[in-house]
Amino acid sequence: MTEPLLQVRDLNVRFTTHDGTVQAVTAVDLDVAPGEFTGIVGESGSGKSQFLLSLLGLLANNGSTTGSVRYRHQELLNAKESVLQQIRGRRIGMVFQDPMTALNPHLSIGRQLTEGLRHHLKLNRRDATRRAIDMLKAVQLTDAERRLSQYPHELSGGMRQRVTIAMALICEPDLILADEPTTALDVTVQAQILGLLRELRSRFGTAVILVTHDLGVLAQVADRVAVMYAGRIVEAGTLDDVFYRPRHPYTEGLQHAIPRLDRDRTQRLPTIPGAPPDLSRLPPGCAFAPRCAYRMSRCETEIPPLDLVDPGVESGHRKACFHQGALGKLATEHKA
Amino acid sequence: MSTPPPRSRPLAHATAVTEAALTGADREALAGRSLWQDAWRRLRRNRAAMASLILLGLIVLAAIFGPMISPYDYYTPQWTLLNQWPTLAGGHILGTDNLGRDELVRVLWGCRISLMIGLVASVVSLSIGVLWGTTAGYVGGWVDSLMMRIVDILYSVPFIPFVIVLLVLFGRELILIFVAIGAVSWLDIARIVRGQTLTLKKREFVEAARASGVGGFAIIRRHLIPNLLGIVVIYITLTIPSLILFEAFLSFLGLGVQAPMTSLGVLVSDGVADLQSFPYLLIVPSAFLAVIIYCFNYLGDGLRDALDPKDR
Amino acid sequence: MSAPLLSVRDLRVDFDLGRDGLFGPRRILQAVAGVSFDLAAGETLGIVGESGCGKSTLARAILRLVPASGGSVNFDGTDLLALSAAKMREQRRHLQIIFQDPLASLDPRMTVREIIEEPLRALLPQIPKFERHDRVRAMMQRVGLLPQQINRYAHEFSGGQAQRIGIARALVVKPKLIVCDEPVSSLDVSIKSQIINLLQDLQQEMSLSLLFIAHDLASVRHISHRVLVLYLGRVMELADRDALYTNPRHPYTRALLAAAPDLDPQRARAQPMEPLEGEPPSPINPPSGCVFRTRCPFAIDRCATEVPRLREVGRSHVACHKAEEIFELCAKVAPE
Repeated sequence: MTEPLLQVRDLNVRFTTHDGTVQAVTAVDLDVAPGEFTGIVGESGSGKSQFLLSLLGLLANNGSTTGSVRYRHQELLNAKESVLQQIRGRRIGMVFQDPMTALNPHLSIGRQLTEGLRHHLKLNRRDATRRAIDMLKAVQLTDAERRLSQYPHELSGGMRQRVTIAMALICEPDLILADEPTTALDVTVQAQILGLLRELRSRFGTAVILVTHDLGVLAQVADRVAVMYAGRIVEAGTLDDVFYRPRHPYTEGLQHAIPRLDRDRTQRLPTIPGAPPDLSRLPPGCAFAPRCAYRMSRCETEIPPLDLVDPGVESGHRKACFHQGALGKLATEHKA
Repeated sequence: MSTPPPRSRPLAHATAVTEAALTGADREALAGRSLWQDAWRRLRRNRAAMASLILLGLIVLAAIFGPMISPYDYYTPQWTLLNQWPTLAGGHILGTDNLGRDELVRVLWGCRISLMIGLVASVVSLSIGVLWGTTAGYVGGWVDSLMMRIVDILYSVPFIPFVIVLLVLFGRELILIFVAIGAVSWLDIARIVRGQTLTLKKREFVEAARASGVGGFAIIRRHLIPNLLGIVVIYITLTIPSLILFEAFLSFLGLGVQAPMTSLGVLVSDGVADLQSFPYLLIVPSAFLAVIIYCFNYLGDGLRDALDPKDR
Repeated sequence: MSAPLLSVRDLRVDFDLGRDGLFGPRRILQAVAGVSFDLAAGETLGIVGESGCGKSTLARAILRLVPASGGSVNFDGTDLLALSAAKMREQRRHLQIIFQDPLASLDPRMTVREIIEEPLRALLPQIPKFERHDRVRAMMQRVGLLPQQINRYAHEFSGGQAQRIGIARALVVKPKLIVCDEPVSSLDVSIKSQIINLLQDLQQEMSLSLLFIAHDLASVRHISHRVLVLYLGRVMELADRDALYTNPRHPYTRALLAAAPDLDPQRARAQPMEPLEGEPPSPINPPSGCVFRTRCPFAIDRCATEVPRLREVGRSHVACHKAEEIFELCAKVAPE
């Protein structure tokens, strides 16, 4: 069994605000193998973005973390800023939802690409420029040489996102963290970017953690999927396991509550009643219980642990639910 | 099933609202928490701002009631008690001025006049400025251009000679000073309000109001002005000090209120003359002036933080 | 066949961007460049397109929230574009709109009651206060809001609930037509289906006509009877829902459908993605002839010289010179 590239154990993220403490992420365990594409899916309040940001120490000032994040035996959580700066960009790259978060509007593209190379890899100007051009070609930007002297505002949204992907990859990191990288893009551009991510991954062998609210995106690119709700992982497994054999009611609900092109139209969309909970006032017990069609009395008082789906069968498929056996209430109501 | 408790966070607090299940357990309407209430709560946590508010309140109370309860008045000279130093033992706590008048009463009167000027001038400039700015900003087009060009032209009128001319022509009536200052300072507010209106007008809820059939003036009145008030209030608290100072400046030039009436500016101006021999005549009114200005500044800063809409 | 409720003919919306320099040509942005369609009573027309296609501008132009530069909008026998402002106000009683961002479209200083009753006060001032109050309460209940919330402020609600407030506001005057400008795009996945179901129910109960604007093809498919595909302000295809989704005839429609993320991982793996190349051209300087030709895999010379008219092909209306050949070609390769 290969050594995991990233090992997260019992990660908790807390924010102190005027109105009290908000527990954004609770008890998250995650392993990422080299070259593996992990998708994290969740809605607003699920904690997915905060989880990602906490890995590289990028939380806001009022956030605090406990637990462990080990990158190749090095502890990243609450590490010194100097340590983290060595890692960011060089070993772990980041792609954000809004490309303008990463791009400086006052610097040319070329300058921003080569900056990282010269700082981290100590390349001279000529080598750095050549590498930058190669990278721009790799992300399928036409006219790579010309782009170097252009500024971010001269490019469209899709092109800018390609540049940020190029920036994230340019020092050849082992791992890329992507926070909703295609959410702000048109669907045809999103398809281009997803295709690009797939190709880059097989070409460079980079592991990816991609956070999104869109299950469809993960179906195109992910190897493994973790579903988050109210700050916890409620289901985790391979792509096929989670999509074809969901064992948590929330996962099942998500798959059915989305209008889908590949299913026959039904008169009424199945829904998940209620709304995601307020993180500062979580109920005791399972956070999803108020909305769950399978809830039992136990669910309202105890928090289900993230355990193997079938005890004894090490399949890597885990769920945080007391319900045993397969689900299927929603599937039987509607044609699949 | 109980109704959801009032939340203080903007996230979902009504749990499990399904389309079908509506219980009638508690039919009373819950009180909402307006943005003003939110802002007030935030302001209360700001110690500097609250201290300033209290201090200003005390000064205002003293200015109103002080002269009433004091046995002395501000205008009767007492020839036997000229230039008395401040003593705690009986009589004139802050001493007397060069005509033997009680300094404390005169300073309190000075506060009264200065604060009134600040307040009245603000109200005048506010009324004109907000109406002017919102109309120009909302209507847009050539009306906007015309209105703002008028503002530009008035800006270029040299302010001090203008006030001097007014005062010379119409005499140094107290009212006139208020009006003169207010009539010139509305220009700033008009510009600020117009800028805010231009931004607000593009907000979706204004578009929604138009789609709901609400007419121009009603939109200004119901949607634009309430959403502008925050900026306006902050601006006012930060300009009252400058209005007070401006009056002080006029007084320094000898154009302020007529003697024996006094303002902080007049007192400071008089105090400078006697600085060598009787420094307290300068220190006391200056101290009051400084405190008032600091308080307004801290309060204005606190209001700006409290009303900052990004705190979500 | 009764006359349609809404009849849009050759609608144009241009934005004047001023001159390029002191003596340069005047730059005109053609946001909507000649759109025509009909909408019957009780029908839902879905309008899809990506960013920059003009769908939001189209919606606002129909409601005269944005001035139109040409064409006609015939609503129930009256040309809305020819009306005076006062007469248009009277018509607003029958035409309402729901916005994309629910929290932005609600005045943060007003209570729920004030928000929902505002159209009543403006458009039906003759209704007495107590009846107004009753209507507001009834509408709140109908859209799934607890009547006790009536004095709360918009920012105290979640996105989904705020959208319900927006829907209540649009419906309280009992309009005939509602323009829905991306009403579920900014909502969480598990809430989207609730709101879509709500809109469908309300449509049936109140015999509403809906213009449902979205970029999400699956949602549009669920709720629409007919669908209009917009690209750079022009209609590419207009068809019955089933016809469009099973037999898309325009290359752009085909590309949109292909780009929509497939929620079935096995199928996603089996079909390699061939996303549409390039980016939408600038609406200031649109390509000659067919505006889609710069990205169209089927483009021929004729496409550059002649603007394709919207014509009937099979059961759809398509603006493409090669509609028939493309259809034959694709039917052979991938029978649907």
